[in-house]
Amino acid sequence: MPVERIWVVVEPAGGGAATNGLELLTGARPLAVTIDAVTFGDANGAATVLGDHGASTVFTVDTPNAMAGVPVAAAIVAATRVKGAPTAILLPQTYEGRDIAGRLSVALDAPVLANAVGLSEVDGRLVAEHAVFGGATIVKAAFTTDRVQLFLVRPKSFAAEGGAGAAGTVEALPIPDTGRPGAARVLARHAEDRLGPKLDEAPVVVSGGRGLGEKERYALVEELARLLKGAPGASRAIVDAGWVPYSYQVGQTGKTVKPNVYIAAGISGATQHMVGMKGAKHIIAINKDREAPIFAICDLGIVGDVNKILPKLIDALKSR
Amino acid sequence: MHVAVCVKQIPDPSSPGRLDAGTGRLVRDAKLVMDDSDSYGVEMALQLAQAADGGGSGGYVTVISMAPGGATKGVKDALAMGADAAIVVSDEALAGSDALSTARVLAAAVRLAAAGEGGAVDLILAATESTDGYTGTTPVQLAALLDMPSVTFAKNVTCDGARVTVQRQTDEGHDEVEATLPALVTVTAGVVEPRYPAFKAIMAAKNKPCRVVGIAELGLDAGEVGSAGARQEIIEVLAAEERATGELVEDNGQAHLRIVSLLESLKVI
Repeated sequence: MPVERIWVVVEPAGGGAATNGLELLTGARPLAVTIDAVTFGDANGAATVLGDHGASTVFTVDTPNAMAGVPVAAAIVAATRVKGAPTAILLPQTYEGRDIAGRLSVALDAPVLANAVGLSEVDGRLVAEHAVFGGATIVKAAFTTDRVQLFLVRPKSFAAEGGAGAAGTVEALPIPDTGRPGAARVLARHAEDRLGPKLDEAPVVVSGGRGLGEKERYALVEELARLLKGAPGASRAIVDAGWVPYSYQVGQTGKTVKPNVYIAAGISGATQHMVGMKGAKHIIAINKDREAPIFAICDLGIVGDVNKILPKLIDALKSR
Repeated sequence: MHVAVCVKQIPDPSSPGRLDAGTGRLVRDAKLVMDDSDSYGVEMALQLAQAADGGGSGGYVTVISMAPGGATKGVKDALAMGADAAIVVSDEALAGSDALSTARVLAAAVRLAAAGEGGAVDLILAATESTDGYTGTTPVQLAALLDMPSVTFAKNVTCDGARVTVQRQTDEGHDEVEATLPALVTVTAGVVEPRYPAFKAIMAAKNKPCRVVGIAELGLDAGEVGSAGARQEIIEVLAAEERATGELVEDNGQAHLRIVSLLESLKVI
């Protein structure tokens, strides 16, 4: 039996609602009788697409200092007092989603189940699935409290599907006094120039790792990604080493990607990396070490030196 | 300036442990090390404390940690890097703690640190998430419990003693965010280059104050921490569907052509 009501926090992206919010609304549909969305920033204008994905009411929050965590959580907490609390609140496991969840958790004295990759309803109880040990093991967990249930769900855990209804009814949520924590503010926003598709939306992802040997050779990964109209990604090892920014990272602490083709160049396949790319439809791996764990999950594995193979592959693609 | 930095002591990531078949909990190896992700926070704390002190004696840096079995090896690494004191909270009642109960413990430890030599805590630093648990909510919960602003995912941090200014990682690039102290900041890997302690510093760290306290000394009740505080349970542990292993080719100088033909058959090119 579905639970009564679920709220889904939908963050803004590119002037509208983020895809991961639409995924969460879709995933929530079989779980609850009524689903409402809570939006902020640019997502506030997205009532039609949110309704199409299952939201009955679209609660909007104006974030005065352009920070989401404190004001959005405060508005939600105030709303639970006025309207009654939903059974659960679903949030995306993203920069903003985690900030909001942390604040909600303390204000509502409610624990959080984080990193969920699936949600189901069993005898009226919500159950989260978590992938551990690089996705080799699935752990199912649930709350034992009657508090509001907070779930942080990894992007791409559900496929977004519309056609669920008309535009949601928009209702603005007031923000109560947020005190000292609410005083942090964004002074300026900077966008990095990044050509090509976004890492988590690209049909092809080419990721580089330690096997490249040195920072300069990451250019090979970028070149190959460009030729395949894909996005370049990276293992945690080379992000930590400062070769590329954190936003390139694929893995449990970075982005989850599910492209049509994933090419792992010089990546051995630490569990932390595999959890973020295992869902790719086709995986090609190049690594010197025949025993590298990445070979256990790839469709085509090349045992060889990535620094010899990538230039030849790039030349072959260019001469086509 | 007094900076408190959260350090998690984790099992060596090169041996990830296993799940207990009965309880579904993670069984860790005995020896704990400092989570690599935390070395950046420690380095940042040392640099900010020193800068705020006009390059003088370096302010005061306290390392805060919660760990089973009174483990101190990981925090000793931070003391060797230059931190002044450490507080480790260790108690059997903490087994099975979730992120919120952990934050309650760390909040109590920060209050204890503020009652010590360093005085009121101006800034708390933490990693964005741990390497082994990667929930990523504990720092914000800690800030909320202490009624502080928090700025997460910092890739650059400056501090003038009254305000902290952060370049915060975003999907598009970064935001420049400002908060007044006291505040909490989480730092990404690579924000600074952690120093390697010299032999002399490692020896000196042995004499630095390193308190191991239980929850009673922090005024916490066993019912609000550990598995009692977590209020969640493992229902089932199962093996994920395995991906079939595909074709493995030894490069003979022509392996790139095999990739080209696969990309062709997938209509990518």
